[in-house]
Amino acid sequence: MGGYWLTALVFMPLLGAAFVTLQSDERAAWRSAFIFSLIPLAISFYIFAAFDAQSAAYQFVEHYDWIPQFGISYHIGVDGISLFLLLLTTILVSLSLLYSAGGDIEFRAREFCFFLLVLETGLLGALVSVDLFLFYVFWELMLIPMYFLIGIWGHGRKIYAAFKFVLYTMLGSLLMLIAILYLVLKARGVLGHITFDLPDLFAVPLTTSEARWLFAGFALAFAIKVPMWPVHTWLPDAHTEAPTAGSVILAGVMLKMGTYGFLRFAIPLFPDVAADAAPIFMALAVIGIVFGALVALVQPDLKRLVAYSSVSHLGFVVLGMFALNTQGLEGAVYQMLNHGVSTGGLFLLVGMMYLRRHTREIAEFGGLWHSVPVYAAIFMVVMLSSAGLPGLNGFVGEFLILLGAYLHTWQAAVVAVSGLILGALYLFYAYERVMFGPITQDVNKTLPDLSGREIAVMAPLLALMFLMGFFPKPLLNRIEPSVNALLQRTHTHVARIDSRPATPAIVAAATKAANLR
Amino acid sequence: MTSAVSLAAINFNWLPILPLLIVTAGALVVLLAGVRVGDRDSEGLGWLSLMTIAIAFASSFMMLNTRQVTFSGALIADNYTAFFYVVILLAAAVIVLMSLDYVAEEGLPGAEYYSLVLFGTAGMMLMAAAGDLIIVFLGLETMSISVYILAGLARTDARSNEASMKYFLLGAFSTGFLLYGIALIYGATGTIKLEAMTTLIAGGSSSPMLLLGVGLLLIGFGFKVAAVPFHMWTPDVYEGAPTSVTAFMAVGVKLAAFAAFLRVFLVHLLGVQTDWSIVLWVLAVLTMTTGNIVALMQTNLKRMLAYSAIAHAGYILVAMTAGNSAAGAAILYYLLGYAFTNLGAFAIIIALARRGHPHELIADLRGLATREPALAGAMAIMLFSLTGVPPLAGFLGKFFVFSAALNAGYVWLVVIAVVNSVTSVYYYLRPIVAMYADTGGAEVVRMRSRPALIAAIAIAVIGTILIGIYPQPYIAASTSAFASAFNKTPLATTASLRP
Repeated sequence: MGGYWLTALVFMPLLGAAFVTLQSDERAAWRSAFIFSLIPLAISFYIFAAFDAQSAAYQFVEHYDWIPQFGISYHIGVDGISLFLLLLTTILVSLSLLYSAGGDIEFRAREFCFFLLVLETGLLGALVSVDLFLFYVFWELMLIPMYFLIGIWGHGRKIYAAFKFVLYTMLGSLLMLIAILYLVLKARGVLGHITFDLPDLFAVPLTTSEARWLFAGFALAFAIKVPMWPVHTWLPDAHTEAPTAGSVILAGVMLKMGTYGFLRFAIPLFPDVAADAAPIFMALAVIGIVFGALVALVQPDLKRLVAYSSVSHLGFVVLGMFALNTQGLEGAVYQMLNHGVSTGGLFLLVGMMYLRRHTREIAEFGGLWHSVPVYAAIFMVVMLSSAGLPGLNGFVGEFLILLGAYLHTWQAAVVAVSGLILGALYLFYAYERVMFGPITQDVNKTLPDLSGREIAVMAPLLALMFLMGFFPKPLLNRIEPSVNALLQRTHTHVARIDSRPATPAIVAAATKAANLR
Repeated sequence: MTSAVSLAAINFNWLPILPLLIVTAGALVVLLAGVRVGDRDSEGLGWLSLMTIAIAFASSFMMLNTRQVTFSGALIADNYTAFFYVVILLAAAVIVLMSLDYVAEEGLPGAEYYSLVLFGTAGMMLMAAAGDLIIVFLGLETMSISVYILAGLARTDARSNEASMKYFLLGAFSTGFLLYGIALIYGATGTIKLEAMTTLIAGGSSSPMLLLGVGLLLIGFGFKVAAVPFHMWTPDVYEGAPTSVTAFMAVGVKLAAFAAFLRVFLVHLLGVQTDWSIVLWVLAVLTMTTGNIVALMQTNLKRMLAYSAIAHAGYILVAMTAGNSAAGAAILYYLLGYAFTNLGAFAIIIALARRGHPHELIADLRGLATREPALAGAMAIMLFSLTGVPPLAGFLGKFFVFSAALNAGYVWLVVIAVVNSVTSVYYYLRPIVAMYADTGGAEVVRMRSRPALIAAIAIAVIGTILIGIYPQPYIAASTSAFASAFNKTPLATTASLRP
């Protein structure tokens, strides 16, 4: 499969960004930005349709020299792990634009569209990069527009939040750059030529201590981005102060860059270390799950609650990932998508209420069920999806992850389950206080219900929640070959640590179970 | 033994100094024309200077892929020289472009200003071409004396006077160190010719006198590149001097100083590398760390850029510590990106200034993004490039510098450099916050009426982006430039930037 589909996908938003700056008025800017975001959306659907589900290899590959003196190439491709993240990105960006045009962003719309579209290019580019240098370029590129989105259109201590976000991420990524360089220089000694191409770098023999340091370099950068406990502290600030669209993209896609980085780079490059470090990461993940849920439980601010729920949910993803078996990894990839859909939805809903009431304090609400029934109903579905109710998307991912974790270390799964219970608790508790009971404040009596635009923003997400809950197969089918290829790299160690090898039968059972409910 | 050098025996090859002669002649013409037109038509003098620079620029390319050692070894014309001629002249051209309005507006004397810029440029070029230590000294003095005067050219401004005085005193002091170092090296090796010196040192004569001389030489260069602890003059001088002169110092002086520094240390003093690389390691760490930490507290943009320039000298010293040919090429690439980025930043500060209101505070930038979006965008690009954000020139420069140092095994040095880079994010982002997230701030002169300044900024922006996303030709240029100096061959194919 040739063609320039991926290049078109990645750079179309950038073209759109340039186009938006030429628009004279804000309405035209919104319209052209939205239309330009639909093009990559269409392309990503085409790629999804044309994707060969049987293959674990990179598809739609493009490979050209970029800086040949340094072995750096423009090498892009998509596999089962990145495919759905591409879709998620294009969907969420389009929805964010649609939502933001409806009054959430009141000033400097042109710049907003510009930064959001540049951000999309960064995200998509990082997801399709097969060359480590190219990946790093996109990885850093996405930082800048997000910084502006938080810093300009954020609320409250937006500057502080934006700074914290950038400094944390930069520290991680620059240390990762050293690791990349060291690895590449090491590879040159073995291969005889210098290259940043990921597949070439798999073959590099490293001493244990070298591999540990390098893995640490990568892992820190990705752990900050995920964010894993204890390097998560930038996230509540960034999320709370960001504008709604920023939060949606941040939670929906950007956090996934961390887990994606683990799957794409840290684990396959250093499988031995990853397998050895798995208990540590699983422990951190479990701490994150419980900690995030507990902190979410006591948040008075609805948006901060959702932000902490992300820490908890991403903990599940890391847990599944480091179980290093098919179930865990598939669950992790699936949960990445789920979290994007459901948390993206939650942030949108919180944003919609903020637009009406200019507050996110849970105590300010109560009895909204009576005044805004459509809003309450949609909120209910999204909340249930986030809580992992069977039949909705969240369940499939969490089930697979817990299965995988159980097979690896059953104790971890046991503790993690408490995260599920706590998750239901903080969501229901918040929902109860906001939606049920009598209307305590007069202003809440006359709130307008969702507008047509807002329903249009939520509808695709609701559809995805049901689709992914009832029919996970088309997704899991495409994810599986790539996950298994990844597992093959770690195979020897998985066999050593996990006496029960992952079998397709268990996966089939798991998906069946998910389908049945 | 008295060896009467017969003039006929000296190889007079004028080609290597042709660009130099053109610039010098241009400076004289500007000076004379200035007497005739007075200070009224300083803009005309500016265009005259620009023409001179353009001709010299074109003639520099004639030196490419030849290697000539002329004037009995005093001058070396190779790709290295040509590279620095081209970059220095380009920088000078951009500085003249940004000065056209500024000089008239600030009431600086046009004839003196432009001729001194040209004389200074000639001195810089001489440093790049120097084949013996006396020529290094000669170039350094020609450059420095021009810049001393330029810094104080705003005669009624106390800060400018202070800057000039400070720079002169400390500069003279540092020149003393340099000269003393040259004398000791001469004493130890019996020659001031770089090539002869190389063979002598390689022969194993590293006497204490030689090492002392090398140390003093290091101090002299350290002053000019503003390495800590020889940086004390930098912030005050950068802040006090007229902004275009600051740009000339931050870019031109640094280019020239590193041109000579690199050629002397990384090519001809490699024999005593083990001795100086330890010192450079310490200097690099001190320079990066001090520059970045002190920059955090600055409220004045020019002062902040001064400390940023110190920090960047530190990054370059990281690669110098590595001291291999990949490092040399990396530094050349770094300097290229550094030149464009800093020129752009200072040009934008000029764009903000109004007569009597310099508007150099970070607070003056507030709300610039809504009033002058293009200008704010350009400034943001410059600052991101200085931070090292891909895909801009500054990122690739850092990337090459770090990879050269890593390749030489300096892992911890690179880790320190990276932590420094993260620190620098904080102060580079502050002006961006002011421009994009804050409101208020100073009114700026509308940009439309200043085509020359716009051209200067545009060149800087295009350069910064182009070097970042299409680096091949510039990598090739810096590689072949350094290799030609390193291998002492006209066409270099063996060494490369590749680690």
